[in-house]
Parts: sequence; C-alpha cells; structure tokens
Amino acid sequence: MKGIFKYIKPYGPFMLLTLLLKFVAAMMDLLIPSLLAKIIDDIVPTREVRLIFLWGGVMLICAVFSVTTNVTANRMAEVSAGGMTRQLRHDLFSRVTYLSAGQMDDFTVSSVVSRLTSDTYNVNRMLARMQRLGVRGPILLIGGILITMTMEPRLTLVLAAALPFIILIVWAVTTKSIPVYSGQQKVLDKMVRVLQENITGVRVIRALSRTDYEKERYDKVNEELAEIEQKAGRISSASSPLTTLVLNLGLTAVILTGAYLVQRGEAGPGVIIAFLSYFTIILNAMLGITNIFVMCSKGLASMRRIFEIMEAPEEMPVRMPDPENDLPAEEAGKEAEKEAGREGEAPLVEFKDVTFSYNKKGNHLSHISFALKKGESLGIIGATGSGKSTIVNLLLRFYDADQGSIWIDGRKIDTIPYPELREMFGVVFQNDYLMAASMEENIDFFRGLTREQIDEAAEHAQAKGFITEKEGRMDARVAVRGNNLSGGQKQRIMIARALAAKPRILILDDASSALDYKTDAGLRRELHTHFGETTAITIAQRISSIRGADHILVLEDGRCIGYGTHEELLKSCREYQLIYELQMGMDDEREDLGKEAQENEGE
Amino acid sequence: MKGNDKEERNPEEKKRPARKYLLVRLWRYLSRYYLLLTAGFFLMLFSNILALFGPKLSGKAIDAIGIRAGGVDFERVLYYAGWMAVFYVLSAFFSYLLSLLTIHLTRKVIYQMRRDVFENLARLPVSFFDRYQTGDIISIITYDIDTVNQSLSGDFLQIMQSVITVLFSLVMMLSIAPAMVLIFVVTIPLSALLTRFITSRSRPLYRVRSKKLGELNGFVEEMLGGQKTTRAYGREEQVIEAFDRKNGEAVEANTKAEYYGTLAGPSVNFMNNTSLALISVFGSLLYLRGGIGIGDISSFVQYSRKFSGPINETANILGELQSAFAAAERVFRLMDELPEKPDEERAELLKEVYGDVVLKDVSFGYQPGQEILKEFNLHAKAGEQIAIVGPTGAGKTTVINLLMRFYDIEKGCILLDGQDTYQIKRDSLRGAYTMVLQDAWLFHGTIYENLTYGRDNISMEEVERAAKAAMIYSYIQKLPEGFQTMLSDNGVHISKGQRQLLTIARAMLSDAHMLILDEATSNVDTRTEMQIQEAMRSLMAGKTCFVIAHRLSTIRNADLILVVKDGRIAEQGKHRELLEKRGLYYEMYHAQFEEPVAS
Repeated sequence: MKGIFKYIKPYGPFMLLTLLLKFVAAMMDLLIPSLLAKIIDDIVPTREVRLIFLWGGVMLICAVFSVTTNVTANRMAEVSAGGMTRQLRHDLFSRVTYLSAGQMDDFTVSSVVSRLTSDTYNVNRMLARMQRLGVRGPILLIGGILITMTMEPRLTLVLAAALPFIILIVWAVTTKSIPVYSGQQKVLDKMVRVLQENITGVRVIRALSRTDYEKERYDKVNEELAEIEQKAGRISSASSPLTTLVLNLGLTAVILTGAYLVQRGEAGPGVIIAFLSYFTIILNAMLGITNIFVMCSKGLASMRRIFEIMEAPEEMPVRMPDPENDLPAEEAGKEAEKEAGREGEAPLVEFKDVTFSYNKKGNHLSHISFALKKGESLGIIGATGSGKSTIVNLLLRFYDADQGSIWIDGRKIDTIPYPELREMFGVVFQNDYLMAASMEENIDFFRGLTREQIDEAAEHAQAKGFITEKEGRMDARVAVRGNNLSGGQKQRIMIARALAAKPRILILDDASSALDYKTDAGLRRELHTHFGETTAITIAQRISSIRGADHILVLEDGRCIGYGTHEELLKSCREYQLIYELQMGMDDEREDLGKEAQENEGE
Repeated sequence: MKGNDKEERNPEEKKRPARKYLLVRLWRYLSRYYLLLTAGFFLMLFSNILALFGPKLSGKAIDAIGIRAGGVDFERVLYYAGWMAVFYVLSAFFSYLLSLLTIHLTRKVIYQMRRDVFENLARLPVSFFDRYQTGDIISIITYDIDTVNQSLSGDFLQIMQSVITVLFSLVMMLSIAPAMVLIFVVTIPLSALLTRFITSRSRPLYRVRSKKLGELNGFVEEMLGGQKTTRAYGREEQVIEAFDRKNGEAVEANTKAEYYGTLAGPSVNFMNNTSLALISVFGSLLYLRGGIGIGDISSFVQYSRKFSGPINETANILGELQSAFAAAERVFRLMDELPEKPDEERAELLKEVYGDVVLKDVSFGYQPGQEILKEFNLHAKAGEQIAIVGPTGAGKTTVINLLMRFYDIEKGCILLDGQDTYQIKRDSLRGAYTMVLQDAWLFHGTIYENLTYGRDNISMEEVERAAKAAMIYSYIQKLPEGFQTMLSDNGVHISKGQRQLLTIARAMLSDAHMLILDEATSNVDTRTEMQIQEAMRSLMAGKTCFVIAHRLSTIRNADLILVVKDGRIAEQGKHRELLEKRGLYYEMYHAQFEEPVAS
C-alpha cells in the first residue's frame, strides 16, 4: 500500500504548486468579503464615489485572480491525477501480464479485469478530488481557527473541544466503510463474471431457453450489489449530519461560555457575533474534510485491491545456472557426447522423469521422460484428460514441475530467461484465442513481422485460400472472439501465427481438430517440407495427424503407457492399437482404403 | 488496432437522443418512487427550516446577553441555548434520514437500471454478441450505470433544495431593494450562458471518456483472455505497449472532460464574486443618494450569498450531470439496441414435434452482399440423422445458426413439420432442439448445476446415469466434492475434451426432439468417443439429428450426408453412395489416411 507514494513522488512539486494555487484562490475568496466590509465601513462615510469604484475594481480583480488560479489548479490536479493513474494502470497491467499462471488462476480473470478498470478509476477520482477539494477545507479550517484565536482564545478552546469528537467520527466512518467498499468491489467481480458467462454462452442459453434462469442468476448478484452499495452508503452518510451536529452543539456551548465572559466584562457581544460567522466557515471546512475522507475510503479500498496484485510475490523466477546441478553431469555429459558422436547432436527438448500436479493432490503427470533432437517430431496421443496439455504448460514453463527436470538446449528450463525461452516456441493452444483485429495483425501478433513472412506463414498454414477470398484479404477483420470465422479457419490463422516467426520448437495442441482431413493433410505436407529444422510437438486425437512423427507418446492418466514410432507402437502398445483400429474404421471399406493408404506410403 | 474504427463507429453514429429525451427517461426512473421522492422533499424541507432557526435563536440568545457586563439574563440565554440544541439535534436527525432515503432511492434506481439493461441483453439477437466486445458491454453495466447514479438521485434532491433557497432569497432581496436585484438580471443570464458554454463543451468530452473507458475495458478483457498466448510468444512488452495506447487515450479523455467539467464551479463562483463587487459599488451609490440604509446593504449581501450559494452548487452539479448524461446515453443506447425481431402475430407454440425439417432455397450472408449460403436446399425427415460435411468455412455452422434462428434468413424458407418456422414462437422453436457445440460452455457453478442446466427436477440418479454414459462419471468421482465441485476459473483443471463430455451429458438430460451436434466430440479422444457411441446412439434415437463432424468415421451411419462447398450442396447421399461417386466426399474421406509426402 505504501507503494502509492512511488506514484505521487514524481508529481510532488507539481502537486505542491497546485496546492499553492488552491491556497491563493481560497485566500482571495476570504479577502472579498473583507473588502466589502471596508467599502461599507470606511469608504462610504467619506462619500468619495471615486474610491468606491476603485475598491469595487479591486474586488473584481480579486475575483478574476480567484477564478484563474482555481481553474488552473483544478486543471493541474486533473493532469497529475491522470498521470498517476496512467502509470498505476500501466504498472498493474504489466504486473498482471507477468503473473504466473497459478496466480492468475487464484485472482481469476474477471476480478483482474475489474481491478484494472473500475478500481483504477476509483483511485483516479480520489487523487483528483483530494487535490481539488482537499486544500480549501484545511486552509479555511486553520485560517478560521487562527483568526478566532486572536479574538478570544477561551472561546476558541470551547470550539476546539469539538474537534476530537469529529476526528473520532471520521475515523470510525473510514475504518468501517473501507472493508464494505472492498466487499462491494468483490461483488462487482461476481457481476462481471455473470455478464461474461452470459455473453460468451449466449447460444447455449438461447438454445436451452434458459434466459429466465439467467435473469434470476443475474438478479441475485444485482441485488447483492445494490444491497452492499446501500450498506456502504449508510455508513458514510452518517458522517455529515454527525459532524454538523457536533459543531452546532459546540457553537451553543460558545454562546453559553460567551454569556459568562460578557457577564464578567471580559468580552463584548460583537466577538460572539464574529465567532458565529467564522464558525460557519469552519463548519463548511469540516464538512468538506469529512467528505474527502468518505471519498478516500472508496479509493483506498480500491487501492488495496490494486496493490494486492502489484505486491504479489514473483513466482517461478529464473535461476542462475549452478554448475553442480544444472549442467548435465560429467558422465552424463560424456554419455551425451558419445551419443552425440553417434547420433549427431544432443537433445533440444528433454523431459527427465517429470511429475506434476496442479493442486498438489492427485498427480496430473507422473514420471514422464522423452528427448527430442533438433528437427525431430513428437506426437502425443491419449484419452481426454490424460495430461497432454499439461506437458505443453510445463514446456513453456507456465508451471514448474514438482519432480524431475526439463531441459531445453542442454539447459535446465528454470535457468533460461523467459524471453529467450519463449522466443524458441511457436504455439497453438487448445483454447487459443483471436483478437478483434485484422487477419494480418492476428498472425503478426505484435511481432512486427514483414508482409512476406506473414503471407508465407498463411500459405504454409493452408490459410491463404480463404483469406484471399475475403474482402480486404489480409486486412479483413476478425470479429470479436473470431466469431466471423469457422472453427477450421480460426485454427489455420492460429497455426499461421505459430509458424510465422520460424520457431525452433513448434507446439500444436489439438490445433487441427476442426480442419477437414484434406486440409489437415495439406498442412502436414507443408510442415514436412518447409519446417524440417523445427522440432515439432503435436497433440492430436487423430492418429493420422501424428503417425509420421519420429516419436509418439501415449498417455493415460498422466502416465506414459507407450513411447516409440508408429510402427513400434502398433506392435507394442495395446492402447495405441485400439485407437488405430477405431480410427481406421472397422467396416468393409477399411480394407481397400487401408490398401490404398499403404500404396500411398509406398510412393 | 487500426481496422477497429469502421465497425464500431456505426453504432456510435446512430442518432443521438436529445437531452430533453434523456431527462425524461431518467426522470421516469426516479418518478417510479414518487412516494420516496415526496418524503425526501419534506425531510429536506424540515431539516433546512430547522437549521435556519439556529441563527435566529442564536441572535435571540445574543440579545439576551446584551452589551453590558453584568447584565446577562442567564435564564433567557439558557432557554434559547436549550432550544438551539434541540433544533440542531432534530435537524441532524432529519438530514440523516434524508441521506438514508436518498441512498435507498439510489439503490432502487441503480438496481432497476442494471436489470433493465440485462433484460434487453437477453432479448438481443445473437449477432449483437458476435459484434461487440464483452468488456465494452460490461463497462456499460458497471461503470456507466454507476456514473449515472452517483449524481442522479443525490443531485436531484440537491437541485430541489437549491430552488427553494433561491426563491426564498429572491423574495427577500426584492423586498429590500428591487433596484439592486437588477444586478442579477445581468449576472444570472451571464452565469447561465457560461454554464451552457461549458456544458456544451464538456458533454461530448464526457461521451468520449465513457467510450474510451469501454474500449479499455474491452481490450483488457480480450488480452487477459489470451494471456497464455501472449506469454508463449513473449509479446508481453508489445501487449503492454498496446495497452498503454488505450490507457493513454482513456486518461487523456478523462482529463479533458474533467477540465471542462471542473471549470463550471470556479466560473460561477467568479460570477458571484462579480455580483458582490457590483452590489458593493451600486449599493454604496444608492446609499449615498439616500435610497437605502447601510443595514440594508448588509442584509442584501447576506441574502445574495444565500442566493448564489445554491446557484454555485447547481453549476457544480451540472458539471457532474454532464458525465452522467454521457453515461446515460450509453446505457440507453444499449437498452435500445433492437431486440430480436418479435415473433409474428400469429406465431404459435409448438405442440408436438415430429422433426421433419425442410430448408427451401435458403440464401443468407452475415454481411449484405456476401452470401454464405446460396439457394440451399435440405430435407431432413423425422428421426433421420443428417450429416453436414465439407471443407472448413463452407457454411456448415451457418446452417445451424439459421435452424436455431440465431440469424434470420434473407431468402427462402425453413419448415418444421410443414410449418414455416417464422410462424412458430422463437423460444418454442429453440426448445425443440438440443445443441452440443464445439465450444463447450460451462458456467461458474457446481458440476451438478451445469449438468442439469436446462431442466428442473432432475433426480441425482438421472444425472449420474448421463455422466456415466458420457464417460465423465469416473472423472467427477475423483474430484474432491464429486458432483458438487464448483467449476470456477481456478482450482479445477478441466480439459477441453472433458468440457465437451460434460456438455454431452447435459444434452442427454434434455428431452428435445431434435438434436444438433456441431463438432461435439472434436476434442474427445477416439477411444472415449467410441465408448460413448452407444450413449450417443441412444441420445440420437428417434430424434432428427444434424451432425457436423470432421471425423468422417463418426458420421458413417448417417441417413443422409450433405457435402457442402461454397454455400451449396455439392453432393448428397449415403456414405457408400458417396464413396462410389469418387467425388469430393471420396477425396475427403481418403485424405484421412494420407501420409505426408515421403522425403
């Protein structure tokens, strides 16, 4: 939370100037009534019309001075608040971008979205208002108290006795309302989630005619939100009447005390009258200050939520390589060399006995090992939920393995800086996404690739055909969530994205499931001819998508139940055989088609 | 993202509602609670009048103190001081009641508004959601509605309060020196003009602010959804850069709008100070000519302060109202988005569904001039299984969109049991289908809730049976809380294939007569798919089914296979017939077994 000062600091002098201008404006506003008093008390009796106009002119000048300083100060307050908010949002977004996958799971996307928008907005309002209104109050308060002090300190003390009560009220209201405001933002998160679900699931909801049910679900959150908003409002609304009351009662006490002073001949009634008018100023100042505190509670609650993310510990840091453990051991090194001598090179990607669990309860992967050399390919196949995508998550280091180690290019994965690590990959995830932007921007994905690279990638990914048919071609718009593209078209854009930078390692996680077989075959042919140097890891349901791979890993419940080439697995792995038989079909056509397939292989 | 503008500008350019219209509409929200409003009005009156008694009483108390030392009438001083205390306590009490009431009112209005927006969202055509960014819609329901309400209820009472004070002060000033009131004839119109100028400047800026905030929200939402991709490609810096642009725009729009917004307060304050200067000068002149007494000037000044105070306040509020108006515009625009075309007058509820579906010469495109389907014909007899295959992008999913009436056809007609589907109530038509889509949609709730979604009163037994048939039972059993496990975005890691199995189980619990399977098992592995074949068969039994699948093995037994290409049916027939034809289908089927060209 203290982190906020980091944002205020660069604007320190600027804000000081703002406050100074605010101070001048307030002083001008205080000066104008006293000028009026001067005209009436001193000038009018002299009957000098010229002087009346002169002092009237001075009043006007003060008014102009007040308005210019005020407007400038307000503007400056907005500028500095805007600047601080911009920086705060930037830092928050950056921090969010680098959150580990596990942390993101914990915060939840909908909550992060509302922290980035609604909470930063609350903080912005707080920062601006505090500067705009925060100075006038204290100045008038202090000024009022000082002036009354010079007039009659004893009466001022009576008034000042009310201050502790007011401080108590403000304190109580603030401490009580901050948690409520935090709660309010949390309920807002919930509402955002319900809205998200309703928008993304609109087809299913309509198809099942569950609109009424969804309305109820939304209504519940809506009501909950209204409820907690009211609760927060109730608490803060108590502050203003209470403050006024305490001060008014203090005033009554001033009159009573004043009566005694007058009785003893120590003060005149004029002092009491003056007290009453200054008292109004002090009261208004106090009210302004309490209002600011109320506003701050909301801003502070939001700030707490923002800093909760900002101060989240950095997970999974990159370690310095340690020669003892992180480089292949001496013997292993020799072995690797030997192997290298025989085979050509050391493995580019290697899993050594890797075990992992998301929730640290049941294992999602157990004792997985494989090694791929440059240009080799790996196919992963297995039942739904058997841990295929988990391997991808570990390979990109979204999570760290619980046991065992992952090596890339002879280095332990946690010693490779993230940019370097991720530079090596081109990935299509199972639940990947497209942006509402042009085709080109989606393939480029902020990398600043050339048009040639993009065109080439689109061609390799079999996407060229349908892109050419679109109006505007590469500039054609992809709608929100890719809604104007068919499933297969989306996948081809994503594949083009993965291929465009010629990655060293290509990962396709169920990336061709929506492609028809013909297109899929075409894609594989392209990959084979143009990406021979690339180490490819393909996760698929179809054997046809992976049968040509150098290694195939068969997974079941997170365990490896088969590893080898297509032919080897057909002999050794029962599960693989079953899948193969199922996919190749068991009816009459199987044989002649099988034959044709074999003929093709022979070609 | 540069191409963005074209699509998003269109809705913006829709005719902007006039300000008066906005006011009327906002007033409608408030006036629903006229009892509360009236009560609020009286509370405000009481608390103000009680507070106004304070100075009067204090004056009397001071009179009682007198000016001579030793001559204080303590009895009377105490008497008046006592009454002061009573009045202040009462006033504070009423004003507290008033704020409670205001908050209550705000709550009702904001609740109602959020509700109304959502009600309309539920009526909007699916195409709306295909066009708009989720984050932008969310921004309207959260931020914009909040902005409207922050000023609406509170400011409304505030303005009423101002009106009373202004009227009262005006009467008093007229009674003192009608001539000097002339000063206000100059300054008040000036203030009004100034305010008008400021608001006319600030309103479009507030509009931009709301829009930019919505865009920022949309961007954040989109990018966080693809965070994994961003990280995998190491594009964090670039995404942050793009964010910075949106952020910068939003902050700048905010600063600009607030600049004009905050201009109102000081400007009107300036006009007041000017009036004060004028009053001093002309008052003094009048006094010199013997028109008024010196005490009159003093009272006049005091009342003019009282008079201008609320005007000042109102000017401030007007600034705030500008941002509320801009936000209200966005809220109302969303409320006014055209809902799905209402059902025809004579539209009927489906009574019994046999499931005979005909598409006759149907043409359709998402954008005018770009036809996706061209004179498309199809006849699915009751209980038949129709497979739709074809290259990606051929228009297969479009057929589903039209069958479900997510989009309306342009030409031709769709018949269900011989009845034009546009003569059937939409809900009733949709209810006749069960749909399993490739993008398995699950919501934040327990697995049980997700499975029974779509039907009430389903026994646990039935749910378990469906889960078993869909081969997802053992997975659910392994979860710590079984069917009561919450599916949230954290904790439970569930693969896409498992999500699909859950939605298949959900479909099994539905009792519709027609079934749509759009790549329903694309992420389910073949063995599991094989294992759920039996269940799928019983799911499909007796129902008219439309199946889209790339795995041709899954549709081999279809009664009719349609091969769609470029929006037309290229071939149709049964599996065997099509293979014998050696056409497109043969080619596609063949490609399943193709090997990469040997190097």
